[in-house]
Amino acid sequence: MSVFLKYREWVLAAIIALMVTCISLYAPAFGTLDNATGVLNDTAFLFMMALAQMVVILTRGIDLSVAANLALTGMLTGIFNEIFPDLPAFVYVAVALTLGGGLGLINGTLIAWLRIPPIVVTLGTLAIFRGMIVVIGGGSQVNTSDMSASFVGFPKLGFLGLSSVFWIAAIVALLAWFFLSLTRAGRGLYAVGGNPVAARYCGISLPFQQVLAYAISGAVAGMSGYLWVARYGVAYVEIASGYELTVIAACVIGGVSIGGGVGTVAGTLLGALFVGVIVNALPVMQVSPFWQMLISGAVILTAVIINARAEGRGLKLILPEARRAAAQAKR
Amino acid sequence: MDKAIRRDTSSAGWCLTRWAAVTETSPILALANVSKSFPGVRALHDVSFSLYPGEVTALIGENGAGKSTIVKILTGIYIPDGGEIRVNGETQHFSSPRDSWGAGIAAIHQETVMFDELSVAENIFMGHMPGGHLIDWRDTKAKARALLASIEADFDADAKLKTLSVAQKHMVEITRALSHNANVIIMDEPTASLSRHEIDELFRIVTQLKAEGRAIIFISHKFDEIFRLSDRFVCLRDGEKVGEGMTRDVSEPDLVRMMVGRPIDQVFPKRDIPLGATVLEIDGLSNATEFADVSLSLRKGEILGLYGLVGAGRSEAMQAVFGMSKPTAGRVTMNGQQLAIHEPIDAIHAGISYVPEDRQEQGAFLPLGIRENITMASLAGHVRNFLLSRPSEQSAARALGGRLSVKAAHWEQSLGELSGGNQQKVVIAKWLATKPKVIILDEPTKGIDVGSKAAVHDFIGELAEDGLAVILISSELPEIMGLSDRVIVMHEGRIAARFERGMGTGALAWSAEAIVAAATGAPVEERAA
Repeated sequence: MSVFLKYREWVLAAIIALMVTCISLYAPAFGTLDNATGVLNDTAFLFMMALAQMVVILTRGIDLSVAANLALTGMLTGIFNEIFPDLPAFVYVAVALTLGGGLGLINGTLIAWLRIPPIVVTLGTLAIFRGMIVVIGGGSQVNTSDMSASFVGFPKLGFLGLSSVFWIAAIVALLAWFFLSLTRAGRGLYAVGGNPVAARYCGISLPFQQVLAYAISGAVAGMSGYLWVARYGVAYVEIASGYELTVIAACVIGGVSIGGGVGTVAGTLLGALFVGVIVNALPVMQVSPFWQMLISGAVILTAVIINARAEGRGLKLILPEARRAAAQAKR
Repeated sequence: MDKAIRRDTSSAGWCLTRWAAVTETSPILALANVSKSFPGVRALHDVSFSLYPGEVTALIGENGAGKSTIVKILTGIYIPDGGEIRVNGETQHFSSPRDSWGAGIAAIHQETVMFDELSVAENIFMGHMPGGHLIDWRDTKAKARALLASIEADFDADAKLKTLSVAQKHMVEITRALSHNANVIIMDEPTASLSRHEIDELFRIVTQLKAEGRAIIFISHKFDEIFRLSDRFVCLRDGEKVGEGMTRDVSEPDLVRMMVGRPIDQVFPKRDIPLGATVLEIDGLSNATEFADVSLSLRKGEILGLYGLVGAGRSEAMQAVFGMSKPTAGRVTMNGQQLAIHEPIDAIHAGISYVPEDRQEQGAFLPLGIRENITMASLAGHVRNFLLSRPSEQSAARALGGRLSVKAAHWEQSLGELSGGNQQKVVIAKWLATKPKVIILDEPTKGIDVGSKAAVHDFIGELAEDGLAVILISSELPEIMGLSDRVIVMHEGRIAARFERGMGTGALAWSAEAIVAAATGAPVEERAA
């Protein structure tokens, strides 16, 4: 039964379903297929950013610079587009992946080789990346009018009512599952986060795993940067400001342990969906914008508490009768 | 007094000793028939002894003899199953460390447990700071200074703890004990990481504490210290008291005989395994601070015991062989080929496995499943077309988990849900999965119960029979003598002596006494005498 989703993930899925039902009863417009695809499209960025963040958190790290990376890479890709306007969209995706990945490598290098705590490094690069946007852009914006048709058009493409950003997030999710469950490097992330000393004895290199994790996080943030700028048609210093906290919240709600070594693709996606539903529901329910932030914060905190309790304290199965009961339950 | 006389109905002799004890020195603290069991282990059985004011009592015994259980009972961490503790003649029940502090008992631990970032004064008074709800800092510091001055400490109460040496930290702990007005001070291997000069300084303080009429329990493996410092001794073996008396009445060989006790050969039937060619050779391995000039060779099917006191550099030297640290000199050759080992992965590729001492801390991935744990050090072997093959991993987990009879609901169960013994089996399975030629086992039976111990011993024999070369690091003499073909003893980072099963004479004879003497660092001439 638990091959696909773990117990706490079922709990989270149930909470989301309950929430959607309640909101739809209150505001029928929310319960439509149209709105559902809208929520998924809106949450697409959060899906992939949360997955990338999970990869970092698995190693007992944290990447606070993702939103700043998104903004900087978005700006740089926009400028690149001004210089080379009519290239096919995949080139812009590739450029954004490379630039973002490069910024992530800087984080990884500082953390892995200089052994500086991740929270310090990424807090620093957060400020540096934002600062670089001001320096490079000279304080100005890149607007839709500066962007070529192929650049702007790509995120607006759709399939089955879902935008290309959503489909890219779906590909990222598939790749993440593939990488984490079927490759040695993916397994290594769980190992160094689960027990760094034991991982060392097993010949798994902590610096390699860290650099890899931050590079992945940076690359996904960078790609999201291009998609974000093209979709909303503007690049400036403030875009996605504070978004890193939403991303981390999605991970935590999805059961990714800040202590490292614990986290699944399905859980993280559910965590992101939860946040996406809340953020989209509040305006539909005509909650005043002044209250929205406060309420979504409170709901997120509640979700984390419920989800943390669902997991319990992880008691060992020592009593024979308890072991038998557990074995029965598995069958 | 009255009571003593009234209760005397059996013998006049009893009355006399009782009378003498009451008039001259009545014990500050007495253990009477104390027992303590854990599931599967009898840690203490019917142990009685007394501590007298102004005396140092040495508590001696091998690792696992029950010394630390006594310390934990006296400090309120364990509650005894039977027997009682009397402080100044009154029966006490300690249900928490606080009770034990209250009764005037304080322990100074092997590894000091204190607050590195706080000042000496804060460390001394942590938990009982002078003042009410607000801390009276002036009073705190003044009291700390007075206490430090009383033991002539050479550092200030304002110093941060992390700036102090290990010896100075011990002095802080002693001061903390004095701040509670402790009359019984337990010192658990206080000299393990001290220099000679620092040891002298510690002994000066101990002498002073004695003169003030406090009773001291001194735990040490070093016989010279026991003879220099203690007035009495209590010897434990397998949780039972096997001897006590005045230290001046015994000799070192007497104590060793008491500690070791049994004829070892009967406990561990040694398997008869023909030895093959030399597999591993270590030549002159050294690093700057932990070990020097370690050389040994190892043959196929051989079990080589590495014995020594805790902190003798055995694990450190073997970890360097495994690539966990970089030696400054020396060579490691495997089947005649010199190895270049920079990281553990190189050692794993060369066919060396290392099962670390603290298996839970250093070996187990608790959030991950059994299968993932077992294959973690041998993932390269499960790659098919660039991807990990789950069936291949599963069959490895089934085979090894089954061989070690891991008990679990299923192979995906996370390790954190298993019992400690099963976790250990999984960790060992992980290292067998690398198909090693040489396996280094660091204290493989530490902290496991008697039944599991026998299984592990059996299993080590099986490994050798299968043609592995085994290096067995152990602090338990019966285990190491029972299993090993040869024993190498390390002392203070160097090889002190080599023993071969059933061979040698005098100081190098295959005997428990000779091996323990070598480990404690007694010079060969003295040992031969």
